[in-house]
Amino acid sequence: VSHAPEVGEEYELEHHPSPRQYVNIGIILAIITAAEVGIYYVPALEDLLVPFLIAFAVVKFVMVASWFMHLRFDSRLFRRLFVTGIVLAIIVFAVALATFFRRGGAAPAGPDPGTLEPAAMAPLH
Amino acid sequence: MSVHSGAVAPPEQEHHTSTGLDNVKIGLWAFLGSECLFFGSFISTYLLYRNRVLDGPTPSEIYDIPFTSVSSFVLLMSSVTMVLALASIQRGDHRGLRIWLLATAFLGMTFIGGQIYEFTTFVEEGLTLSTSTFGSSFFVLTGFHGAHVTIGILMLLTLVAMSHFGRLPQHQARKVELVGLYWHFVDIVWIVIFTVIYLIPTN
Repeated sequence: VSHAPEVGEEYELEHHPSPRQYVNIGIILAIITAAEVGIYYVPALEDLLVPFLIAFAVVKFVMVASWFMHLRFDSRLFRRLFVTGIVLAIIVFAVALATFFRRGGAAPAGPDPGTLEPAAMAPLH
Repeated sequence: MSVHSGAVAPPEQEHHTSTGLDNVKIGLWAFLGSECLFFGSFISTYLLYRNRVLDGPTPSEIYDIPFTSVSSFVLLMSSVTMVLALASIQRGDHRGLRIWLLATAFLGMTFIGGQIYEFTTFVEEGLTLSTSTFGSSFFVLTGFHGAHVTIGILMLLTLVAMSHFGRLPQHQARKVELVGLYWHFVDIVWIVIFTVIYLIPTN
């Protein structure tokens, strides 16, 4: 009994990477990870450490999502669903950060919330 | 001896949708989008609280970067074995499918073993869930990620068992792809955690 491919399945199979391509992507990801850890220990790059680390993480993230999760080849609808989640997560972080700054920027250096008096933990108005 | 049923199993019921896309796959992508919010909230919380250590150890005192780097590498390589498992079933290679699925599960278990070791070490060094908000946010974030990896391992082993008993013919490669999507998502969440939580220095 032969199986008739589902809608879009033939297209996906034709455009999925080959095992050799998957391995090549894996090697690139391994090299980037080694570079990430390597620059962590280089004092001369201390000022550039954070931008480099963020750039490496973004490249790894995009490579895995594009090639291994097939977002590069699949329907745009999947990409939109995923990107929507990422954008909302960034908004959540921005709102949380803004809330803390509104409370006087105490988040990084302030006391632990467990030690605060109840009045100090009152909600914002 | 395992059973290869690609030629004898009946095809799945055809499933046509208004979008032309598999509804289960759309549902999974929507779920993964919501998971971005889930982990995004925990990462945000960690970043806001990581300097609040009270009398407990600070992140720079307690993190073991070489050890976590190896764990990260292991999880990253498990994504490679996962896509090789998918490529195997797509070309009808059931033995290859099981080998790569087992390799992925093994790498996942290695990662979890490393996380258990790390948590144990941290507790011995004085960082627990209730030591400080840094400890709470760290353990909740990485603990939930570990729980996701554990669920992924269970799904991988289920696929191995299904393939072994002939319940995973070639035309059901979609099931492997869906589990793979979940596994890769867990991997990319760790890519962010490794960089933001472990590598980027605190003030």
